[in-house]
Amino acid sequence: MAAEVNAPASARFGRRSPLEVLRTVFGPVFQLFLFIVGSALALSLIVVLLALMQMGSRPDILTRALTILPQVIIDGLVRGFLFATIALGYTMVYGVLEFINFAHGEIFMVGGIVGAAIGLMLFTSGMLAGVPVLLFVAIVVLAGMVVSGSLAVAVERVAYRPLRGSPRLVPLISAIGVSLVLQDVVRLIVTNTPMGFNARYHTPDFGSPIRLFEIDLGERVVPVIVSPKALVFISVALLMLIGLNYLVNATRLGKAIRATAQDRPTASLMGINVNRIISLTFLIGGALGGAAGALFGLNVGAVNPYMGFIPGLKAFTAAVLGGIGNITGAMVGGVVLGFLEAFVSSYLSLFTNGALSGAAYADIAAFSILILILIFRPSGLLGEATTQKV
Amino acid sequence: MTPTVPSESLWVQVKTILSNGPPAYTFFTLYALISSLLLISNPRTSLTTDIIFVFFLLLVMLVYRSSVHKYFKHTILLFQLCIVLPYFGTLNPFYLEVATQAGIFVTLALGLNVVVGFAGLLDLGYVAFFAVGAYAWAITSTNQMTLINPDWVPLPPIAFYPFLIFGLILGTITGILLGLPVLRLRGDYLAIVTLGFGEVIRVLANNLDRPINFTNGSQGIREIERPNLFFADFVRNTLGWNLSDQKLYELFFYFAVLLIVFMTILVVKRLKESRIGRAWEAIREDETAAIAQGIPLVRTKLLAFAVGASFAGAMGVIFASKQLFINPPTFDLLRSINILAMVILGGMGSIPGAILGAVLVTLLDLQILPRTANVLRDLQRAGFPIPAAFDPTQYQRMLFGLLLVIMMIFRPQGILPDERRKEELIADEPDDLPEQPDQSDSGTPPPSAATPNGSK
Repeated sequence: MAAEVNAPASARFGRRSPLEVLRTVFGPVFQLFLFIVGSALALSLIVVLLALMQMGSRPDILTRALTILPQVIIDGLVRGFLFATIALGYTMVYGVLEFINFAHGEIFMVGGIVGAAIGLMLFTSGMLAGVPVLLFVAIVVLAGMVVSGSLAVAVERVAYRPLRGSPRLVPLISAIGVSLVLQDVVRLIVTNTPMGFNARYHTPDFGSPIRLFEIDLGERVVPVIVSPKALVFISVALLMLIGLNYLVNATRLGKAIRATAQDRPTASLMGINVNRIISLTFLIGGALGGAAGALFGLNVGAVNPYMGFIPGLKAFTAAVLGGIGNITGAMVGGVVLGFLEAFVSSYLSLFTNGALSGAAYADIAAFSILILILIFRPSGLLGEATTQKV
Repeated sequence: MTPTVPSESLWVQVKTILSNGPPAYTFFTLYALISSLLLISNPRTSLTTDIIFVFFLLLVMLVYRSSVHKYFKHTILLFQLCIVLPYFGTLNPFYLEVATQAGIFVTLALGLNVVVGFAGLLDLGYVAFFAVGAYAWAITSTNQMTLINPDWVPLPPIAFYPFLIFGLILGTITGILLGLPVLRLRGDYLAIVTLGFGEVIRVLANNLDRPINFTNGSQGIREIERPNLFFADFVRNTLGWNLSDQKLYELFFYFAVLLIVFMTILVVKRLKESRIGRAWEAIREDETAAIAQGIPLVRTKLLAFAVGASFAGAMGVIFASKQLFINPPTFDLLRSINILAMVILGGMGSIPGAILGAVLVTLLDLQILPRTANVLRDLQRAGFPIPAAFDPTQYQRMLFGLLLVIMMIFRPQGILPDERRKEELIADEPDDLPEQPDQSDSGTPPPSAATPNGSK
């Protein structure tokens, strides 16, 4: 007994070999990659089949569908990583507290506003053109992370912690209230500053779109382009996902988070400071959301105080789709939902010959997915079977 | 009970004197007469009238809470709501409009109260049922019918009356259709799905102008038919009151809403005290125990959804014909939250609470906020440092958000709590994890964290 206690810390906590660490960190990323490829292929196949079915009446439809396909996939990737980074905040908080942090969409929005504010400050001081692109991205992302992370922690302290242990609906209603308050507080702030309600997101020049390859159709050549901003978005999001996987799966802190998520009372018996872990979860989730917001604003070019609501709702859908409480699941769910939305919004008007506008019905598609998943597979794509979840 | 009153004994004394025996009857009769006289002698829209109006409405609640005889209560209510208020409404239509709006929201709040308060299902897309009723009448009574199919003609105005029943049925059907797939979900999932459903209905209303024009998209539907006033001749010729059509419509909608509110209260009260009501409460408190007692879970929940939705559907029909114009933003999430705030403010599960909440929030919306905006504007002109863009009427989200958070933290049972619901929300010991004081924490734990519900 005594020998066990005196054993070096590394042995007691089972330090893993570097190879094992690599596997725990990159295993989920590999799984994510599989899902990206899989859903892209499956959806493309459906598109081709639909096009073949309509070939009789509209002979050019297959070529039209195929020429936009690469662009749709890139669009799907951007949307997917957006949902994935936001969904992580939902899923981590849910894992630890079994509570839907309704205000997470607003935490995301605040990240975007912070980024736009930095852009505007640099722009008005005339330094914007001189800032290197990568430095700008780093500043914006870090600022978004800090502000959104601390905001999330503050919200937890003020509006959720006093309600812990109340009936389930009570903190949920409080969270809805917080979400509305944040929207209007930010609106009050931005409308009284030079930013205005629809704030423009000033950035240094990111350069012209990159031509990946070209599709030769004979009479004309269709280029497949990816904007550098989208590329930045995807790569930063990917880095964050890897970092999070490392943090949760390979560090002691991550072990504490996982233990708290599994069983809060027991974790506190094991000497884990549960309140601090919960704050930390909000901090990490909020920081990821803030970074996503800063990058999203940069990608779109404008931000407003109400922009967090719909992405927040869809990210929640993504978290449920992947299996709520499951970190890899949230990423997978985000990417799958992103692809689905991109395909619906691009192809719906093509296949219905312009009768239905795809952009509007993409929202409906997302919510239908949510309802279907909750009915038929409430544990999500990767979730383990839990009896109390629904 | 009321922590705001410093000397509670005096307050209690006054309360007991004024709610029993002859002093109570004299007090209420005098109150009713004086407030009515003041109201009628102040027909201009001003702050004084606002205050009198609030006191006038306050009487309704005071009478309800007192222990005077039932018939006396009814007489006072009848006098206030069916004689004085409509008469005052002919002098100043604005206050009648406020009362009508309040009535509409009372019905909606009572309906949502069935779902959220009685059965404990958080429905964040309640306004969708309201939208369904409103759009049903708007589409069938206007030229949209001819746009959908050239052979169809709009319904005649007289069809409004049977259409109320149709709105009720339509609401019920929508409630069941939505409820069937989602009611198996537990509380917080249900909240998100209903929220998504509310958004779906709004997006559909926004986009169903193509390929066939059903809803006229974001333009909304104009010139919605009003019911024909079959009683106009009777009022003008037999009673000899020479009222314009506009005034008659205002009075008609007021009385129609009043009637529906009355019927809703009756239905909801009976339901609450019935076997079904107790089944709802059992499900709310503990699903597993309820199933063990033989309560059919899904059917009972579905019934709550359907009852709640039916009121909203019928009210939608009235709302559409009263407003003459509806568009998708009328039915956005904020409206759902608005109704939810009414239920929570008054007290989840409490019928008088829902009524009070609805009246308070409507007054806040239509009277207090615009007045505050005026005051702020005056202050601004006088040189006070208030941001130019700050207009309280534009910051309803913040207000209702704060209301929700504050109510949840300090008084989750609401202003007029329901007895059984109160027990759950206050005396509930944290069953999950007792808040352990953390000794090792370097930061200062917030004081509120130590007492989970603010109780004891």
